[in-house]
Amino acid sequence: MKPITAVNDFVVKFANVNGSGSASANELFAKSILRMGVPVSPRNIFPSNIQGLPTWYEVRVSERGWLARRGGVDLMVAMNPQTWDADLREIEPGGYLFYDNTRPLPPSKFRDDIHVIGMPLTEICNATYSDPRQRQLFKNIVYLGALSVLLGVDQEAIAQLIAEQYKGKEKLLQPNLNALRLGREYAQEKLAPIGLQVQPADNVGDRIFVDGNSAAALGCIYGGATVCAWYPITPSSSVAEAFQKYVGKFRTDADTGRVRGAVVQAEDELASIGMVVGAGWNGARAFTATSGPGISLMSEFIGLAYFAEIPVTIIDVQRGGPSTGMPTRTQQSDVLACAYASHGDTKHVLLFPEDPHECFEHAAGALDLADRLQTPVFVMTDLDIGMNQRLCTPFEWDDSRTYDRGKVMTREALDAGCDFGRYKDVDGDGIPYRTYPGTHPDRGGYFTRGTTKNAYAVYSEAGPDYIDNVQRLLRKFETAKALVPQPVMAAAKHRTPTGAIFYGSTSPAMAEAVAALEKEGIAVDTMRVRAFPFPDSVTDFIDAHEQVFVIEQNRDAQLRTLLLTELNADPAKLMPLLHYDGTPITARFITRAIAEQVHLRAVAPFEKDKVA
Amino acid sequence: MTYIAKPRLHHPTLPENRVGFTRRDYEGKISTLCAGCGHDSISAAIIEACWEMDIEPHRVAKLSGIGCSSKTPDYFLGNSHGFNTVHGRMPSVLTGANLANRTLLYLGVSGDGDSASIGLGQFAHVMRRGVNMVYILENNGVYGLTKGQFSATADQGSKSKRGAVNTDAPIDTVSLALIMGATFVARGFSGDKRQLVPLLRAAIAHKGAAFVDVISPCVAFNNHPGSTRSYDYVREHNEAVNRIDFIETRPEVTADYEEGHVVEIPHHDGTLLRLRKLHGEYDPTDRIGAMNYVQHHQARGEIVTGLLYADPHAEDLHEHLYTVDAPFNGLTEEDLCPGAAALEAINASLR
Ligand SMILES: Cc1ncc(C[n+]2csc(CCOP(=O)(O)OP(=O)(O)O)c2C)c(N)n1
Ligand code: SF4
Ligand SMILES: [Mg+2]
Repeated sequence: MKPITAVNDFVVKFANVNGSGSASANELFAKSILRMGVPVSPRNIFPSNIQGLPTWYEVRVSERGWLARRGGVDLMVAMNPQTWDADLREIEPGGYLFYDNTRPLPPSKFRDDIHVIGMPLTEICNATYSDPRQRQLFKNIVYLGALSVLLGVDQEAIAQLIAEQYKGKEKLLQPNLNALRLGREYAQEKLAPIGLQVQPADNVGDRIFVDGNSAAALGCIYGGATVCAWYPITPSSSVAEAFQKYVGKFRTDADTGRVRGAVVQAEDELASIGMVVGAGWNGARAFTATSGPGISLMSEFIGLAYFAEIPVTIIDVQRGGPSTGMPTRTQQSDVLACAYASHGDTKHVLLFPEDPHECFEHAAGALDLADRLQTPVFVMTDLDIGMNQRLCTPFEWDDSRTYDRGKVMTREALDAGCDFGRYKDVDGDGIPYRTYPGTHPDRGGYFTRGTTKNAYAVYSEAGPDYIDNVQRLLRKFETAKALVPQPVMAAAKHRTPTGAIFYGSTSPAMAEAVAALEKEGIAVDTMRVRAFPFPDSVTDFIDAHEQVFVIEQNRDAQLRTLLLTELNADPAKLMPLLHYDGTPITARFITRAIAEQVHLRAVAPFEKDKVA
Repeated sequence: MTYIAKPRLHHPTLPENRVGFTRRDYEGKISTLCAGCGHDSISAAIIEACWEMDIEPHRVAKLSGIGCSSKTPDYFLGNSHGFNTVHGRMPSVLTGANLANRTLLYLGVSGDGDSASIGLGQFAHVMRRGVNMVYILENNGVYGLTKGQFSATADQGSKSKRGAVNTDAPIDTVSLALIMGATFVARGFSGDKRQLVPLLRAAIAHKGAAFVDVISPCVAFNNHPGSTRSYDYVREHNEAVNRIDFIETRPEVTADYEEGHVVEIPHHDGTLLRLRKLHGEYDPTDRIGAMNYVQHHQARGEIVTGLLYADPHAEDLHEHLYTVDAPFNGLTEEDLCPGAAALEAINASLR
């Protein structure tokens, strides 16, 4: 069997046991390759358990910079006997298996079309360390050292990273460096480099390597959020946890030690959204982070905030469905639940970040939009970008940027005799003025309630008042179209009747698929939708193509449904292309599906006229 | 339903308080509740307490859930911002509002269905967080607004207007508030304004989670023989433990009371609660004692009213979170945004 040979273009997968301390060694592996100037994209694959169960870390090394999951594994680092059989099956023919051969395994446990590299990791660690915990922890660093020899990873890069990691904890530094050396020395003596090699390149540039949840939390800090109320739920918890950490770091008064921000872990999602609504009503920037089940619980309040016109920012880190299990997998399956959340005629602003850079941007932007539009704004991220470190453009902030607090009527304006009608459309954009509680001794006070009111916030059950109000809310939604992040278009080199609409974490897979399709002679124009409501350019894009694929990571083609109902698009034209098994979508999947359809169409031309 | 805007003519003879407002400035819209509803008397007591305490009306935020009781914030303090939120969830909205601006007075108004049925969870948690507020529960033992179903505070064996008997055990909100860590707990009766107004004043003066349960008969659905929340029943079974006569922010020497009948509870912010004791053995600073006392009398069918517990050393949520004194809603970019240079340092640490 011919071994796979590849330079800077392969996939390594680590199969570990949860809680064994492998996470930090695996991250060191990924980062050391980045330091060599070669892009990597790692993904955590973990079940809904804390300790003892399988967990995987899949690293794609790609000098060309493809950051999507590729599919297939070239080198499996099999450290979990429990998942051995399944892990072995995943290796591509000609690929490599690295394992701990301290305990011999029968030949039936192997495949003969792969290359097997055994190393007595347990034996080495038992001989070196007496403490059982150290034996376990350093085993990870020892295999890291061995892999660096097998793959040609710069040992200086790893040593440097370890030094950075243990800065201030020097006692731990030397033992880690020793373990690394132990692994390297064994490999240099007993093993030979394999066909997969890393060579220095210059393709990382100034990009940063960060997870989307931390980025979103930082965006909330920069965007001026002062209240965060949340209830733990994977995969969103680390947003609030990171925010808490940043409040300590950036919002602590140097003299008094008091903080300019409150983080409350509520008793459930009903309470967390209630707190955000209360804070927003009272003029503070507030957000919550949650996932699908939390959105379901929040839905009554989301409706109230929509009708009472209260700024609310919700970061929805999407996952696969209810209960436990698929929740630690990724999906884009809350799109409809969020777009139309709650009772009554409601619709909401959604933002779709593609990576951590945009998680930062959109989180900060959502706080502005929520204030400007006085409504709930959702940042629709997902597990794939939320909980994995991703290479992305550095965060940016312009110090001259100010917060857009929207239309707030001040005490001075009230004193000057401005007519205050809380739900009155003064400027024709559907957005009324609001006052913060406590503003003026005898003007500007009002009683906030759902829908039973007139433009002056006076109790009214009159039909015409209701209609005026909800029609104004529609005008406001129109206004939102120009304020939200606009779609990003990429035209193919040649004129083409084929378009593709996608959003969120599908980005890297889409970029790679477009390049692959181009090689096959299939040209596709793409539009990355970044927000709902859809700006008119989305209609223009659909109109300009004969067939438009809508690529999503859910079963029901949820964005396509939105496009059909909100833009009145032609259903025959919008071809759903859906990936929803819980793993991140791949370029291979998109390429195959689009190529198939385009070829089918070449045989039997797409009958556009059939559907009028 | 109708509303009638009241003429706001200041009668020259109406007395003004120290901040220049007359009682009328503390009124709201005309109530749309049933004539004789206990809730309206509570609104009147709130108006009286705020006027007497020289509170500027616009510095009050009124929050409520859903129910007849929760409608009442529209009927007092017409110049204050109010928020009729969703059923059972007022506590969370009040918590968020309080976090946004700690300088206002927060009045939370709720019903027994709102607080003890659908909202039991939020009721409990807002107490344990120590949110600085006055939580007023207008307790009539029924769902008024949805026409007379039993609420979770209805006594076992009490009869509905249609003759149905409640078999579920009641939730005693006073005991629950004590267990959950409310730092001020009182019970009043809407039919006893002389007791209720001082209780509300003391609750307003308290810095922490203050809970005032007010028995408030529903004349439409729960004022018949067989009800344990009717005016007659409550009058017969009311057991007042004390009367607050005044609250001062500075200790003042008065000689109105005989030794032994007056108890003073100095708060660490300088507030002094002065109580006239009606039951010799009752100590309103003893939380465990208060729980025992309330339960003991409840078992005998008596409704204990008065100031049941006040913690002189109460702290609130802001203190727990150690937040700055300035209201969050007034903080600016300068206070909140770490700036481009700090971001560059973060970028550098992520390479
Ligand atoms: C989610 C939800 N469920 C049900 C209702 C209907 N509802 C309105 S008021 C109410 C009960 C109110 O009872 P209580 O809090 O005791 O107030 P009261 O009218 O007795 O003052 C109910 C069930 C609602 N508004 N919202
Ligand atoms: S139904 Fe009962 S609670 Fe409601 S207004 Fe009438 S008397 Fe009051
Ligand atoms: Mg009731």
